Amino acid sequence: MNVRMLLLLCWMPVAMQAQGFAGLGTQAEGFSVPQPGPVFDFPTDHGPHNDYRIEWWYLTANLKAADGTEYGLQWTLFRSALAPEAGAGWTAPQLWMGHAAVTTPNDHYVSERFARGGIGQADVIAEPFAAWIDDWALQGDWATMQMRASGPEFAYDMALTAEGPLVFHGADGFSVKSAAGQASYYYSQPFFAIEGTLQLPDGDIAVTGNAWLDREWSSQPLADNQTGWDWFSLSFDDGAKLMGFRLQQTDGANFTSATWINPQGETTPYSDGALEAFPMAFNDADVPVRWQVTLPDKGVDVTVAAINDNAWMTTSVPYWEGPVTVSGSHSGVGYLEMTGYD
Amino acid sequence: MTKATLQALLSHWWRNPLQLFTLLAGLALATALWSGVQAVNAEARASYDAAAATLGEGQYDRLVRRDGQPIAQDTYVTLRRAGWLVSPVVQGRLNGVRIVGVEPLTAPSGIGPVAPQEGTDVVSFLTGDGQLFGTAETASRLPDYAFVITPEAAPGTAVTDIGVAQRLLGKPEQIDTLIVLPSQPMGRAALADVAPDLMRQSAQGGSDIARLTDSFHLNLTAFGLLSFAVGIFIVNGAIGLAFEQRRPVVRTLRALGVPLRRLIVLMGAELMLFALVAGVVGVALGYVIAALLLPDVAATLRGLYGADVSGNLQLRPVWWLSGLGIALGGTAIAACGALYQLAQMPLLAAAQPRALAMAAGRRARVQGQVALALLAIAGVLMFTANGLISGFVLHATLLIGAALALPLVLDRVLAGLSSLAKTMTAQWFWADTRQQLPGLSLALMALLLAMAANVGVSTMVSSFRLTFTDFLDQRLASELYVQVEDAAQSDALVAFAGPRTNAILPIQSTEVTIAGQTTEVFGTRDHATYRDNWVLLQAAASAWDSTFTNDTILINEQLSRRAGLDVGDLVQVQGQDFSIAGVYGDYGNPIGQAVIGEDVFAILFPDVIPQRFGLRMDPAAVPDFVKELEQATGIPAAQSVDQARIKAISLAIFERTFTVTTALNVLTLAVAGFAILMSLLTLATMRVPQLAPAWAMGMTRRQLGKLELLRAMMLAVLTAIVALPLGLALAWALLAVVNVAAFGWRLPMYLFPLDYVRLGLFALLAAALAALWPARRLARTPPADLLKVFSNER
Repeated sequence: MNVRMLLLLCWMPVAMQAQGFAGLGTQAEGFSVPQPGPVFDFPTDHGPHNDYRIEWWYLTANLKAADGTEYGLQWTLFRSALAPEAGAGWTAPQLWMGHAAVTTPNDHYVSERFARGGIGQADVIAEPFAAWIDDWALQGDWATMQMRASGPEFAYDMALTAEGPLVFHGADGFSVKSAAGQASYYYSQPFFAIEGTLQLPDGDIAVTGNAWLDREWSSQPLADNQTGWDWFSLSFDDGAKLMGFRLQQTDGANFTSATWINPQGETTPYSDGALEAFPMAFNDADVPVRWQVTLPDKGVDVTVAAINDNAWMTTSVPYWEGPVTVSGSHSGVGYLEMTGYD
Repeated sequence: MTKATLQALLSHWWRNPLQLFTLLAGLALATALWSGVQAVNAEARASYDAAAATLGEGQYDRLVRRDGQPIAQDTYVTLRRAGWLVSPVVQGRLNGVRIVGVEPLTAPSGIGPVAPQEGTDVVSFLTGDGQLFGTAETASRLPDYAFVITPEAAPGTAVTDIGVAQRLLGKPEQIDTLIVLPSQPMGRAALADVAPDLMRQSAQGGSDIARLTDSFHLNLTAFGLLSFAVGIFIVNGAIGLAFEQRRPVVRTLRALGVPLRRLIVLMGAELMLFALVAGVVGVALGYVIAALLLPDVAATLRGLYGADVSGNLQLRPVWWLSGLGIALGGTAIAACGALYQLAQMPLLAAAQPRALAMAAGRRARVQGQVALALLAIAGVLMFTANGLISGFVLHATLLIGAALALPLVLDRVLAGLSSLAKTMTAQWFWADTRQQLPGLSLALMALLLAMAANVGVSTMVSSFRLTFTDFLDQRLASELYVQVEDAAQSDALVAFAGPRTNAILPIQSTEVTIAGQTTEVFGTRDHATYRDNWVLLQAAASAWDSTFTNDTILINEQLSRRAGLDVGDLVQVQGQDFSIAGVYGDYGNPIGQAVIGEDVFAILFPDVIPQRFGLRMDPAAVPDFVKELEQATGIPAAQSVDQARIKAISLAIFERTFTVTTALNVLTLAVAGFAILMSLLTLATMRVPQLAPAWAMGMTRRQLGKLELLRAMMLAVLTAIVALPLGLALAWALLAVVNVAAFGWRLPMYLFPLDYVRLGLFALLAAALAALWPARRLARTPPADLLKVFSNER
């Protein structure tokens, strides 16, 4: 274990292991804590909130090549603060981590980057919006954006066009994460059309599809007894979308939450218990890669199945993240993220 | 029966405690010398490994600025944003501690503070006043800083966050090198497009401390092995004597029905037990020796190579196990012959009072033949050896051959001297000496080996020193060296120094690949400094002229040997062909080096600017010049290095090397002296019957004692005379065969007659000290004891 691992253990809500996470919930001292009834101020809120411990810019995309092959990609920038201030130079207490991946039906390419804030290697600026770590970047005015990332075996360069409004989860962007009241600020842009080129070991592939960008920040998003989660972002063929997550608790119970997004971008939030998700099949590593997801209020009873069962993120703290297909009461595509399984 | 047999066998040692002491002490001393040297080596190696691990030396390519100046932090960010996965490192010294600043988030794993533990606080490591990782010893040298004690850290090195290191070292926003991670993303921009002033150094290219210091350790190991050989001769002597003396016991036991096999097993077990005891004592002694030597060795290595070696010894299992192993193995080798003889002995072979001497006489012929054969092999190898193994075989055959030949040579010499003797006393003296030779021969062999080792090592170390100081003269021919930081300083320096100096010699270099070898190529200005001072090992006609007119290239010996290049061969530098005009000695440099003319260098490498200048001037004017330079141009005096200062530092370093060598010399001679003492004491009681008649015929006991002392010294002198050529041959083999095979350059051999005379005197002193006590004992033998000889006459 090196310093980097130590950093990670006091770090990450995404992909957090139980023991690593335990520290997080109790270390909000000095940091701001999300309060109900947020009033967002854009474009400022697209930028970093240094007084909160953790924050991310999290984009996933379902892609299709001209030959019909389905792909998935991920572009994520995490911010983690050691102290609630921006700082400058090497002593800036902001740490950055990037995860990028491309999933094909047979392969899963992953890359990870780290950077210190304060020296320009990684940062997010709200206006004009730019988020970057090393050569990875996501920038634009949220109507149109450019995005690129690279790893030893892949690279991509994508153009994004927003085809709908921002949506806010929970109560107007105040998303409750546990019965004890832990919460985060959480909004998304799930209506990006995306096109560009994937560079893979076998050559370049032109792809199109739709992308979903999540923005979330908090200081203690999970409760002490929560060990991981299963998170779904589903885009149905009729234009409606569903965001849902299930937080696993040490007592075996779950805490669920969901947002129904109609094709116009109007949302219906659902609190604990409305959404249900059941594992149906597991991959070789005992990670559930086939789920039954139900939201009876909207008549949703779908099977969510991984395009590639082995979309395991071999990052410092590993987790599963990959594209899925949706069938059943609704059909479509989506992304699935599962933590707490290793 | 086993118990009774064992009692009978062991009773020999109770009756001859001195023999037991000889055996145990000889073995313990031999083990001590061997394991002491090994401990020093192991400690130094561990230090290099830790140092190399600190920055992954030899594992990762690096980016540095072509002009050798620090890299701006912005350049690092630019590279990262262009997809170059590099990690910054800043280094420097604070209160003598090497401060290494790393960036833990981007550094390859296994670098820097490898194992955070209790007391690691990420927040303060990264953002507070900082935390330093180092050994307790390092921490004590920087008492004002927050340390996390890490025993496995490299000695004298503190690792910390880059931001903290920049602050401590006063290098804000500066980076010394960028580590290039092995895995790089697709589609990354070319280095020349992103940071044209940087160049990439291959992992093997930089200064690899271990390869440099290997030379030093090889020599130490050779020394340790020789010391052990000396010890084994002592042990062999003690065991041989004990077995001969126990012949009657063995005969009696066998006559009583003890099976031969059991007897041999018991005697073998007995010896192994002794070896174990002596081994433990030896390892403990070795630890003491190493602990005493290590600070000097550490200082030597730090001075010679800039390698930080811990001055504190750690007990390493490998080391003490190998010490015990060599004690047991050495005893086994020494005992093999004796046990074999025991097995071959006819059941009722008579117990012979002077069996050892008689046996030695019988074996003389065989021994002579073996010695001749070994020396013949050594003779052939002298001309044909070209690798490490043949170099060591040459060493071994020379040593063993010479040792075996020694008693025979001495015997002949003594026979010759005896025929010259005029008086009766003299004739008796020579005859008595010859008669004693077999009993003393093992001790004398030990002395021969000790002296030869000392001559060899002294020659080697002194040659090393002479070569190095010559080399420093050659390389540091200019009276003053000035480092510049940028082109403006460079111009200012040239303008200021022009009218005040005899010559300004820019020093500029860059790394290229020549014939597949990483090579640092220098662009050199035409000046007599080079012609006068650089030693060319091989050269074409007017090698310097043609190089300065940009037609040819000079390469160092390492490049010549590794790439098989000779004078007249063609090599390519940056796409241009050069003919090799000469090969120069370049001692201690791990990589290839080459010299081309200044003009052609400027054409081939337009981006490289000189970062250092050598100034030729009156040495007396140097101090004033440095002051005026600072006032006139702002180039701080710290950037000027006075050649006299460098030389003083280098010489101080070599003095330390000599402390180590001298200490080892004294130790091996002490071991040999001990062997002589023990042999003389053993012989003393047996010799009374031979001395009694001389006493009865009128020689006083005092005279006999004096002659005894004289004899020991005379034998020591004769041995020294044989040891000298042997030692020189050993040194030659080390310098010309082993060193070339191991490191790619040949050290010229120099002779140091005064050193040899001093060594001879030491040997004489050792022999005299060793003989003093037996001689005094002889001089004080009660007349009654001498008289008893006649009453007991058989």
